[in-house]
Amino acid sequence: MPQRSIPLSILIIDENRLRAAVIQEGLRDAGYDRLTVVHDVVGIARKIAETSPDVIVIDLENPNRDVLESMFQLSRAVQRPIAMFVDRSDQASIEAAVEAGVSAYVVDGLKRERVKPIVDMAISRFNAFARMARELEEARSQLESRKLIDRAKGILMATRGLSEADAYALLRKTAMNQNRKISEIAESLITAAGLLAPPEE
Amino acid sequence: MRKSHEIVAGFMPLLDSAILVAAKEMGFAQAEGVELTLVRETSWASIRDRMAVGHFQVAHQLAPMPIAANLGLTPLAAKTIAPIALGLGGNAVTVSNDVWARMCDCGAPADLDAGAAGRALRAALTARAREGAREPLKLAVVHPFSGHNYELRYWLAGSGIDPDRDIEIVFVPPPLMADALTAETIDGYCVGEPWSTAATLAGAGRIATVKAAIWRSSPEKVLGAAAAWAEQEPEALAALLRALCRAAQWCGAAENHHELAAILVGPDYIARPAEWMLYGLSGTLAIGSGATHRIEDFFVPFAKAATFPWKSHASWFYSQMVRWGQVAHSPENAAIARETYRPDLYRSALKPLGVALPSANAKVEGALAAPTPVGSAGASLVLGPDGFFDGALFDPDKLDDYIAAQRR
Repeated sequence: MPQRSIPLSILIIDENRLRAAVIQEGLRDAGYDRLTVVHDVVGIARKIAETSPDVIVIDLENPNRDVLESMFQLSRAVQRPIAMFVDRSDQASIEAAVEAGVSAYVVDGLKRERVKPIVDMAISRFNAFARMARELEEARSQLESRKLIDRAKGILMATRGLSEADAYALLRKTAMNQNRKISEIAESLITAAGLLAPPEE
Repeated sequence: MRKSHEIVAGFMPLLDSAILVAAKEMGFAQAEGVELTLVRETSWASIRDRMAVGHFQVAHQLAPMPIAANLGLTPLAAKTIAPIALGLGGNAVTVSNDVWARMCDCGAPADLDAGAAGRALRAALTARAREGAREPLKLAVVHPFSGHNYELRYWLAGSGIDPDRDIEIVFVPPPLMADALTAETIDGYCVGEPWSTAATLAGAGRIATVKAAIWRSSPEKVLGAAAAWAEQEPEALAALLRALCRAAQWCGAAENHHELAAILVGPDYIARPAEWMLYGLSGTLAIGSGATHRIEDFFVPFAKAATFPWKSHASWFYSQMVRWGQVAHSPENAAIARETYRPDLYRSALKPLGVALPSANAKVEGALAAPTPVGSAGASLVLGPDGFFDGALFDPDKLDDYIAAQRR
């Protein structure tokens, strides 16, 4: 837990607003209230000067990381030297962060015990966010597949006079024969139908 | 059956990633028993971090990056070596149409001559200051430890412009440079291709000079290799170096440029039009306003020992780190920089190929006014011309003198 007397100031930089909110919430729940969130690195030097963060959390794939790090080279923007993580020998923590897609910059001289909970929280929230995004993507693609299959069934029922069950069976059999997904067969069929017939609507 | 080496390499979407891309796509890696996976990255920082945790064994890196890492100047730096370079040249200095118009008023040359362009920029800055402009012009580079940063500063300083006082140097990722110029958040930039072409074709700026005019045949990118991995897997590294040498040879042949451009436009590589690649590959650049200009040795992937990791290149980058206050000069630091480059590994890996291997590990930079045969093994070798635009020489044996002469 952060020390009550001098809570650490944390700057979160993330172009993904949703993810930034998820991290912010996690840190706030853990008792860190000196949080600043920015979504854009434009004007970041001023933001750093204003908030004087002890820890900066930024997503690893942010194309502006080189820009951010370059500021650590310029004493004008950042008064105190900043390193990635507190202790370079903390390899497990570093690996976990890179795996999760998060990088953290820490002001020199901070104790490892004070920073580790923040970095750990960022890592776990990044992982949770990635999991959530993956599940959302799966759900979305399942919905898409079902829509495609329904449309393909409709085309087969209309053009070949099949019942709905037979239309589905035909799609499934074709997919099995070609070792492809039913949704892929459905998509090809819809494309083909679109090419061969005038649009229905 | 030969053992297969699995190697994962990070790269940035730049024209000089071509050698790595060709090594994979044209089968040179496979022919050496290397199963090469290429991963496109969004920042040099990300490449460095993923190399530090072992996601990448090797990577396309700015030539000064491994030196900066070994000197402990960057966050999360793991010991890195540079066993091969990925070509010479390839950058351009592009300015906004407004700055170019001002430079033209002051006699800017049409032929990208660095000396004349520098004088014109200096005169334009003086005129601008006289008119009461208070904010300095902003020129962007991609990274503090980059050839771009050092050659831009070398050119400005050599033209009588203080890069810290008369100009503000800022940092912008390469693919965003042209947009930043259009948006007028910057007034010019120094970057690798195709990111100058991106601005000139869009009518957003004019190429004022090029790396090859500031320092001809000068170093730009290297293959950085994790030192620990290179030590554990010397055969894998040697096989990769051979594949990269073959790939560089292929990339350097003009008859392959269309095929290479067609590969680089792929969605996993640079993902921009083939036309954009061909300007840099051919050396005939679209410099702005529909004009083109041919530059000798604009980007050299293979000829003139373009892949040899000269220790004198490492020392020059180090001298500039000292010059611009990034590191304090000491014999120990100078040695760390020199030892980052590994011509010994290059020679031992490439010996079976029968390509030209320079006999020396270092050379006096800027000494060759004309193409000159030099001592080599395997095949004959011609180097140069390699001059700096101000006619200066860099003798790596007189590093202290060079640093002292550049001290401000």
